Amino acid sequence: MSMEEKQDFQTFQDSDTLYPKKEKEVAEIIKKFYKKSTPIEIIGSGSKKKIGKILQCAKILNLSKLSGIIEYLPGELYIKVKAGTSVNEIESELKKNKQQLAFEPIDFGYLFLGKSDYGTAAGQVSCNLSGPRRFKVGSVRDHVLGFKAVNGRGEIIKSGGTVVKNVTGYDLSKLICGSYGTLAALTEITFKVLPAPEESTTLVIHNLDINLSLSYLQKAVSSPHDISGASFLPIDPICNKCQMDIKKTFKLNDLKEEGSITAIRIEGSKKSINQRIKNLNKELNTSYLNISVLETLQSEIFWKKIKNLEVFSKTNNNILRIVIPPSNCNQIIYQLPKNFKFCLDWGGALIWVEACELTEPMFNSIRKKVVRCGGYVSMIKNSDYLPYVEDVFTIERNRFSISESIKKSFDPKRILNPGKMYTGI
Amino acid sequence: MSNLQMPKIDRKTIRRKNNIVKDLKKIIKHQNILDHPDELKPFETDGLSAYKQIPLIVVFPENTKEVSRILEYCNQERIKVVPRGAGTGLSGGALPMEDAVLLCLGKFNKILDIDYNNRCVVAQPGVTNLSITKSVQEKDFYYAPDPSSQIACSIGGNVAENSGGVHSLKYGTTTNNILGAEVVFMDGTIVRLGGKVFDSEGYDLLGLITGSEGLLCVITEVTVKILKKPQTAKAALIGFATIEDGAKCVTEIISKGIIPAGMEMMDKALIHATDNFVKAGYPRNAESMLIVELDGTEVEVIELIESVSKIAKKNKASSIKISKNDKERLKFWAGRKAAFPACGDMAPDYYCMDGTIPRGKLTDVLKEIQRLSKKYNLPVANAFHAGDGNLHPLIMYDSNDKKALKKTEQFGADILKYCVKVGGVLTGEHGVGIEKRELMCEMFNNNDIQQQIKIKKSLDLNSLLNPGKVYPILRKCAEEGRVHVHGGKTRFPDIPRF
Repeated sequence: MSMEEKQDFQTFQDSDTLYPKKEKEVAEIIKKFYKKSTPIEIIGSGSKKKIGKILQCAKILNLSKLSGIIEYLPGELYIKVKAGTSVNEIESELKKNKQQLAFEPIDFGYLFLGKSDYGTAAGQVSCNLSGPRRFKVGSVRDHVLGFKAVNGRGEIIKSGGTVVKNVTGYDLSKLICGSYGTLAALTEITFKVLPAPEESTTLVIHNLDINLSLSYLQKAVSSPHDISGASFLPIDPICNKCQMDIKKTFKLNDLKEEGSITAIRIEGSKKSINQRIKNLNKELNTSYLNISVLETLQSEIFWKKIKNLEVFSKTNNNILRIVIPPSNCNQIIYQLPKNFKFCLDWGGALIWVEACELTEPMFNSIRKKVVRCGGYVSMIKNSDYLPYVEDVFTIERNRFSISESIKKSFDPKRILNPGKMYTGI
Repeated sequence: MSNLQMPKIDRKTIRRKNNIVKDLKKIIKHQNILDHPDELKPFETDGLSAYKQIPLIVVFPENTKEVSRILEYCNQERIKVVPRGAGTGLSGGALPMEDAVLLCLGKFNKILDIDYNNRCVVAQPGVTNLSITKSVQEKDFYYAPDPSSQIACSIGGNVAENSGGVHSLKYGTTTNNILGAEVVFMDGTIVRLGGKVFDSEGYDLLGLITGSEGLLCVITEVTVKILKKPQTAKAALIGFATIEDGAKCVTEIISKGIIPAGMEMMDKALIHATDNFVKAGYPRNAESMLIVELDGTEVEVIELIESVSKIAKKNKASSIKISKNDKERLKFWAGRKAAFPACGDMAPDYYCMDGTIPRGKLTDVLKEIQRLSKKYNLPVANAFHAGDGNLHPLIMYDSNDKKALKKTEQFGADILKYCVKVGGVLTGEHGVGIEKRELMCEMFNNNDIQQQIKIKKSLDLNSLLNPGKVYPILRKCAEEGRVHVHGGKTRFPDIPRF
């Protein structure tokens, strides 16, 4: 057996999927595919594989065995991991030191499988989709301090470091976030970590309509009370074809009423939370409203469900993610087909939509409206009746051609996840 | 002028100057072009004044279209372009070139939109950092990154350099505080990135251009995030008998889950220099001193100040003073903010370094700096953004003494190399520019640098935009993987450290 064959034998677990365990193996595999000009699909563990265009490459490079925590220095506020390390492993390690990934990684398992499947560090970075705290602390890209990866030529490259203040060279950590594996296969990631809040409290205002809810959310996020979650879960419209049912999803003892939920989260020490809740109640003049207060235990469950899109668990419909300037939120909602269910996050800057009986022309028309309002829309989940759309993500001509050039600089033969984001990239 | 190698000057371009001026006059107003040597002289340098070159021509476009047409023209004619904001950069990123057009964004000086509903401000790149905060402070909002030059530096320059400030640990640097930009690439293409939304789809081009030091595009508009001012801010002034105690205190504050709004450390030399300069009431017998600022609600701040005081006592603090009011808090900061002029008062010249290190390595690095200070026989004072690990050693010397200058240059390079050795980086907020260009090989290998150069080439095929900056010209690391050290001689002997 030649050295190369031996390598193949050790690395390739089955004929279609390769499971490298070392960075060097990733480089060797990609170099080989580069020489042959053969495309390869790169995934972490595959938990978010269905986001973006479905690829049909002959081989899949699965990074889940390139796993393990390399270095975790709680005092330096960073954790360096191999790219395929599971998010569960990272989070439980951080928990031991009362720290966290502040961007709140989303567990897309609920959406795609109906159960938890957090996926890997590389998957989180590649998708750059962040949880409810995003408007306060930034997204995944704001928490990646550095990385190592293998580009489309099979070369190992690195950028960044382990410190927050670093302007040495281009900030490729940003570029790699949200690139869906189209620029390089990640091998190592350094995340900035932050102290986990001691307590969490959620102020729930019941039964507001969307306009009122948005105005309360707007006031809350513009207040000095350091809000870290601001969501709206409506009960309307009633649609038999949609799965979203907030009554079923949010069965919490301290939720005093049924009906729409406007939720505002405050985190920190108990004393600080109490003062801020008091001030917030005063500022929002909540004495005339129906409110509930969720203390830490229930508050944490509540936001976990929001973050992990449990309201859409196992839905058979398409799921759209719309990001817009918050002041244009209701304008977009009014333009959506009347039977689409939705919920709002980030104080109205993010709309999750369950779109039943969606067609491609309908999707394109929604996109046009969203773009006109200064936002963008992506297809996060396909359905049986609309399993494919031409443009999953939003882009315009000039940005496309710049992106094309950047793709070529990393991956000249377009072998890494070709077409995953856009046709031609 | 130093002998730092710059890109080869294209004499042909210089000979074509009159024709270029004539062509540019077709694009922008005559009065917005400077070409007489007397007019060009004031533009010969930026904040790194040891390096000077008179630009070929200076242009002041008034709108994005003009920027686009200038770049398109220069690209076609293969003329180099150096973009410039306020020219306050400390690493020579906006250093002009004899054969390049200096593109000044000074006429882009308007705030275009203040949008409280979406909590953002849209500004032209020439607007100063501080005036953004001033424009929204009536409603108690502010723009978080606060580089020390915020009175003068422009927001466009902040984006190009990814500027920081003293609040970076809690509030991030420029890259974490902008939402959108309009930029023009070298071929004249105008592209809008982001907007008033979070995380635009596709490649994070906004993230890529932030901190790209004017090598990838010219910024013509910026949308920044604004934040509501915290209700309360208090500062603690803590003295320590040793540097180690101060450093341990820093680590413990962070380990205990406290993220201060700002945490600054100064060594004895700087405590004395600044206290002499502004009479800030600093503990003069302390070997190191911390200013820890905490912000938030009143209850929270009181709670945190108590915790910080406890940690400080545990780490043998020799003095602890808590600000009683905002006036006193600002007095605590007055000394720190006067660190640079205070050093200027102590010696004819000082050389400011800008490495970032892991906080836990502070004692180690400061000891090494002390050792080097003795070795080179040059006094040094240290200011440290302890919260985010950004270290600014200020080496004092007399530039009239040529031997001292050479020694200072070597001293500075040795400090930066040591920062990299302990897991830090070459520059935390000043940028690479020309100053640290050849030191890039200390941090990056051939593959890393080549990948970055490929990105540059993919967006600026002829390498015309701000050439000679950031990436090594000597290409030693690029060609050899690492630099040879011949006969024990220092690396990069040809790189002056002013």
